[in-house]
Amino acid sequence: MRNLFKIAIRNLIRYQRRTLLTASLITIGVVFVLVFVSISGSFKSLMIGQITDSMMGHLQLHRKGYVASIDNLPLNLNMKPETYRKIEEMLASDQDVAAFSPRLKFGGMFSNFIETTNIRLNGIDPEAEFRTVPLLSARVIEGRPTLGRGEILVPALLAKGMKLRPGDPVVVVATNADGSVNGMQFIVSGILESATGPGGRDGYVHIGDAAEVLRMTEVEVSEIAVRIEDFSGLPEVMTRLRQNIRDDGPQQKGQAALEVHSWEDLSPFFNIARMIDVMTLFIRVMLIAIVLISIMNVMVMAVYERIREIGTIAAIGTPPGKIRSMFILEGFCMGVFGAAAGVGIGAAVIALVNLIGIRFNFGQQKGLLLKAVLDPLDLMVVSAIVVAVAVLASLQPAVKASRMEPIDALRHV
Amino acid sequence: MALITASGVSKEYRTEEVTVYALRELHFDIEPASFVSFVGPSGSGKTTLLNMLGCLDKPTAGTLTVAGTEVAALNRKESAAFRGKHLGFIFQDFNMIPVLTVSENIEYPLIMVQNVAPRERRERISRMLEAVGMADQGGKYPHQISGGQKQRVAIARALVTNPALVLADEPTANLDSQTAYAVIGLMKKMRDEMGTTFIFSTHDTKIVGEAEVLFRLVDGRLAEKEVKGGTTHA
Repeated sequence: MRNLFKIAIRNLIRYQRRTLLTASLITIGVVFVLVFVSISGSFKSLMIGQITDSMMGHLQLHRKGYVASIDNLPLNLNMKPETYRKIEEMLASDQDVAAFSPRLKFGGMFSNFIETTNIRLNGIDPEAEFRTVPLLSARVIEGRPTLGRGEILVPALLAKGMKLRPGDPVVVVATNADGSVNGMQFIVSGILESATGPGGRDGYVHIGDAAEVLRMTEVEVSEIAVRIEDFSGLPEVMTRLRQNIRDDGPQQKGQAALEVHSWEDLSPFFNIARMIDVMTLFIRVMLIAIVLISIMNVMVMAVYERIREIGTIAAIGTPPGKIRSMFILEGFCMGVFGAAAGVGIGAAVIALVNLIGIRFNFGQQKGLLLKAVLDPLDLMVVSAIVVAVAVLASLQPAVKASRMEPIDALRHV
Repeated sequence: MALITASGVSKEYRTEEVTVYALRELHFDIEPASFVSFVGPSGSGKTTLLNMLGCLDKPTAGTLTVAGTEVAALNRKESAAFRGKHLGFIFQDFNMIPVLTVSENIEYPLIMVQNVAPRERRERISRMLEAVGMADQGGKYPHQISGGQKQRVAIARALVTNPALVLADEPTANLDSQTAYAVIGLMKKMRDEMGTTFIFSTHDTKIVGEAEVLFRLVDGRLAEKEVKGGTTHA
């Protein structure tokens, strides 16, 4: 095998310019794929991280039907206190759950005593909320990233329009479940940067205050945001939670009264994430086509140019299998060379991208820093694809070479 | 026992309109350690016959036995194995493998065909380089040596596997006459030293005289067999 490699490598060196051109083509393809996969993957991860860690959590639990009417923020579809307590127990005992936060969502009128507008509010337990969505505090661009009783975190666009600053008093007026109206004064504790996606322009108050505004004798819960320990295990945790809720959770007409939704079900960004995956797939297919066509072209040429040589080694008694291996190894070596160079240059380009520090805006989020990461798995997959396709592309010419009749090959001019 | 026995060997090429007879009804024996030449003008069937002796082609009629094997009965794989074990080839155009050095060219059949152990390979290569007078040229590539030197390397490559028979098709055609004599002389010397049968084809009348057994082919027929010291008509 060592000698077959030696001959293959020397034959590649023999046609230096052609080998370099083909390997360069493969290298460019690999660099392109790696940079694209790395940047798009990092963009995707960053955006998912922003969405899940700054507002949504990894998954959410709602009473059945709540998500379907979430735009109305229906108070009659809240979880009752006993239901929440049951779920609270279930989540607290789940080792895969890192944190969870009950939210009481409602809509109301918001006034700075001069102007009045609409607002959507989340009543939260600040400690639980900041554990569940740790980037929420980072969204506080003015004021304190804390929330006490009687305080409100106001979304930036609203604060800007109503010229609000931390420390300003505001009034929230909301319609209660029984149809009556109640109001409460709050002090702006901080201004929240808006985020893209559902809930990205909501304000926050303490859950106790929310219950008070809504005149609830006991705190009801509209949704429970959950953060899990290992994000990659989300589908398994979802499945298990659904099962547990079906088996042990509160029932309604013989069915589970609660629904479990992942961030994917709730955020429109999931479709963008899927598009990125589809584009990545197409880019990989393009790489396969580049490698396949370029290597096949080179190997067909190599066989054609070396017909007499093939005749000679066949006449000497070289078994057809070894002739075949000789050409396959040439394709293999070219694939390995192209992939290795591509990985090296690709890693350098990605390092350069990180060094330059590309910033971008996503919806209301400004100046997000793109940190491209080269996943070792992507690296291995792309390299393996290139080498495998290189071998595949060499097969036909190699088989042709091995099947040549030595007498015909020797006669070839 | 004869190394080669040809009995009624014929080769014909058929097209839709015409049948061309390349060889007709050849009968001959060649003894081991002979130094044989097939001579004749272009188109007389020399190359066709050598191709059949070398298991590169098959007769359309008759039987051809080489080293005790009926070569027409061998399939592709068996033919390759037979060639690797029993035969050596010397080509008109030298047919060196350009990416391998002189030593590596000689080593090639030992690795790729016979799977000889490295130590023995080194010994055999060294012996062959010495024998063909190329001991100091082993590291050179084919493009760095002359035509005569290439043919010496080809002889070494053909003999390094210790074959029973070496076939050389017009081995001197691309050489000047002085080098041609030297190459034929070397082949003869190797025959003497190793006991290998050499069969070469040529239409070079000057070289013909070097053969100990001469078969003259005319239009695919064996016209004459000449053994040094006497001639028989076929």
